[in-house]
Amino acid sequence: MSLFLRLLFRNKLAGFGAVVLGVIVLLALLTPILPLHLPNETNTANRFLRPMSEGHLLGTDHLGRDLLSRLMWGTRLSLAVGFAAALVAGLLGAAIGVMAGYFGGRTDNVTMRGVDMLMAFPYILLALAIVAVLGPGLLNALIAVAVVNIPFFARNIRGVTVGIAHREFIDAAKLAGMGHTRILLTEVVPNIVPVVVIAMSTTIGWMILETAGLSFLGLGSQPPQADLGSMLGEARSALITAPHTSIVPGVMILLIVMSVNLLGDGIRDALDPRLRSGALARPMATTRVERAEAPAPKGEGLLRIDDLETQFHVGSRIYKAVNKVSLDLKPGECLGLIGESGSGKSVTALSVMGLVASPPGVITGGAVRLEGRDLIGAPYEVLRSLRGRKVAYIFQDPLSTLHPLYHIGDQLIEAIRVHEHVTHAQAHERAVKLLEDVRIPNAGARAKAYPHELSGGMRQRVGIAMALANDPDIIIADEPTTALDVTVQAQILALLSDLRRDRGLAILFITHDFGVVGQLCDRVAVMYGGRIVEAGDTAEVLAAPAHPYTKRLIACVPELGGGRRELAAIPGLPPAVDDLPAGCAFAPRCDKAQTACRADEIDLTGDTHKVRCLYPEGAS
Amino acid sequence: MTIALKATDLAKTFDIGKRLIGPPRAQVHAVHPVSFEVQTGETLGVVGESGCGKSTLARMLVGLLPPTSGSIEIEGRALDRADPAAFGRLIQYVFQDPVSSLNPRKTIRQIIEVPLRLLHGLRGKALDDRIAELFDAVNLRPEFLSRYPHEFSGGQAQRIGIARALAASPRIVILDEPVSALDVSVQAQVLNLLADLKAEFNLTYLFISHDLAVVEAVSDRIAVLYFGSIVETGPAEKVFAAPRHPYTSLLADSAPVVGRPLGGAQSGELPDPLNPPPGCAFAGRCPRASDVCRAKVPELRAVEGDQFVACHHPLDP
Repeated sequence: MSLFLRLLFRNKLAGFGAVVLGVIVLLALLTPILPLHLPNETNTANRFLRPMSEGHLLGTDHLGRDLLSRLMWGTRLSLAVGFAAALVAGLLGAAIGVMAGYFGGRTDNVTMRGVDMLMAFPYILLALAIVAVLGPGLLNALIAVAVVNIPFFARNIRGVTVGIAHREFIDAAKLAGMGHTRILLTEVVPNIVPVVVIAMSTTIGWMILETAGLSFLGLGSQPPQADLGSMLGEARSALITAPHTSIVPGVMILLIVMSVNLLGDGIRDALDPRLRSGALARPMATTRVERAEAPAPKGEGLLRIDDLETQFHVGSRIYKAVNKVSLDLKPGECLGLIGESGSGKSVTALSVMGLVASPPGVITGGAVRLEGRDLIGAPYEVLRSLRGRKVAYIFQDPLSTLHPLYHIGDQLIEAIRVHEHVTHAQAHERAVKLLEDVRIPNAGARAKAYPHELSGGMRQRVGIAMALANDPDIIIADEPTTALDVTVQAQILALLSDLRRDRGLAILFITHDFGVVGQLCDRVAVMYGGRIVEAGDTAEVLAAPAHPYTKRLIACVPELGGGRRELAAIPGLPPAVDDLPAGCAFAPRCDKAQTACRADEIDLTGDTHKVRCLYPEGAS
Repeated sequence: MTIALKATDLAKTFDIGKRLIGPPRAQVHAVHPVSFEVQTGETLGVVGESGCGKSTLARMLVGLLPPTSGSIEIEGRALDRADPAAFGRLIQYVFQDPVSSLNPRKTIRQIIEVPLRLLHGLRGKALDDRIAELFDAVNLRPEFLSRYPHEFSGGQAQRIGIARALAASPRIVILDEPVSALDVSVQAQVLNLLADLKAEFNLTYLFISHDLAVVEAVSDRIAVLYFGSIVETGPAEKVFAAPRHPYTSLLADSAPVVGRPLGGAQSGELPDPLNPPPGCAFAGRCPRASDVCRAKVPELRAVEGDQFVACHHPLDP
């Protein structure tokens, strides 16, 4: 709750709306005890007194009634009717939406078509029709406004409910013996409450306006009872001679509706989980750099990463996602970077081209040198000219990296023309050639396909073609086959291997699968808790792992042909990178850990086969 | 040995493009008629790639989807969801995505309590004791009970999901890709836990996965699904050591294994489910396909003892 208020008031406009609305609501609540004239006390001798008159702060209306008093009582009534209408519309609409969304099928179809019919009428016509049938009166106006707004809520809530009704926890509840009523009340409703609140907060202003509109037409509150709409209606005939009688209720309506809408938007932003997690904060074009100075280069190489440190600063917490990582990649070489989720392997890869989202990502140290040139802190223009042209990425899920609304051919053409000045026709020719290179059958025709028309394996081939579009020297492949089936994975790996040989590509291959590394990579580096714990030639590391983590991780992976058996497991969980233990991060899970392991930082030692361990495997 | 679970000609067809009145625009046969049995105390592994119908099959077995045709028998009686409590005590389900199978707005205690209260009518002290017992069985600390699902890692959330399934004290548990969302080091923990629980509570498992090595490590018998049909079934050690269906062989050869060269073969893709080919669905990808394969759907038949294969030209052992 305090988090919600903090988020709400971070938005200045919403805070302003909350204050204005708060004052108005407070005054409306206090109206009966304020020293005011009676709202319906007529005094025709004092008609149309100007504001600031003796005894009448805001003047009087055409019957000599005190405007301030009528305004306060009228505001009270309008607010009450508006809130009541929103509540009724919200509850009934949500109930209809939840039913339709949860039960689906015919129920859904029939109810929602009914709601659509209601929506097809112009709202004021429908409201007029309802009032015409029920007769004028404030209660009937309330009913009319509520009914008119039910479709809006029903449609909104139905959409959300459909999403929830297909979630697995609903299935689990069914299997736990729950009936429909109980599932609706205890599983579905708690999850849609925020949406109902958001929808209500953004429509209350509208409903107050609609009620005022009906009263203005004489269909809402009946004389002499004052509400804001009827005050405006009565003042209309004296608009020219006594404008203050119209302006006073008009300004009040403006203030109420404006403050309600500002507050409503604020509530929506604060409650929406996507906006809360920082989607409103636009990430910077490159990762923020806060580095004292670049470390001296430790050697040659096409791509050298030296002591890279990338952190995430969230509130007061610091997540050390990448902690002094050093890697090097030679031309034509394939380096495997292996680790479990949260080990920092993807962040390492994204840091190379400054692609870690900032905020919250910050590069706090180290250097990334491409052909000797440091990229950390390089201007955006420099990075942009290198992204795709020198270093290209392939991501895990091609469905989310390809644009769903453009042909794949057009996306390739765009990628080519970003870096090279060629005509559209030449680029198209290149695009088709690229699709052929990644062995997409019938490439010319497939260039006109949309991403959703392709299978997962074909989409990943397009992803690879995109990466190859500008003939880069280095490809960084971040779990490119994890989302694919094994038979398709084998095809993609073979393709990458061939491309690498044909084009002399260097590949940084990120994965969690030792089998894939063993088949594709020359060298491998193992990451754990943001650090490299072991690195060396693939065959050597896999045959004789020196770090206990590597050894036990390899043992965890079931291999085909082993038959039915108990698997080796590593007890415990990987460490949280905002709270790393002193010394070796693996020590709490390691059965060989000694006191020294938990004392100080341990260096990565060794010549070609490096290991970060005081008591490596195989050593006596 | 008794039969715990038996499916006879079980099939599911989904309508595409439903209309308010009249027939749908198209139909997809997600599961072609399949028949199989699971013995009490046995683990049947079901292997297949995405889109082969394995999750549809699983959801039919636990009554979450009504089958289009065919029948399911549990311990000799036809599947009957009329009494949800009685049904829930027979068969339970462990979901693939551990986090989305837990309601984000409920505490773990509220989640675990539901099956205990509704299926077994436990209250008060008995309820607390049983929860403690379950948490102990899946190696979770009791202080987790007052927390919300988003506070847990994937492995812990999956243990909670398993505890919820066990809370019903079922005879059969359907495990739908229970470890595919987990890291390898945690995956092994959960697989071992499942094996221990099976022995302790005398459970029968139907274990669904796309990962052959995982299935092999836990299963007594294996059924290989392709395009909604069982193409091969038999004892685990035989199916992978000597696959008789070319698809099983392709699957086994595709798994990345250290030291094996990359197979560069173009092995094609699944047929279009809206427009399935006549004959064997694998014929388009099969090196042994002949004219008869493209014309006639092969039946599942015994090739050697208890190994069955649906192929016109099975591989030699």
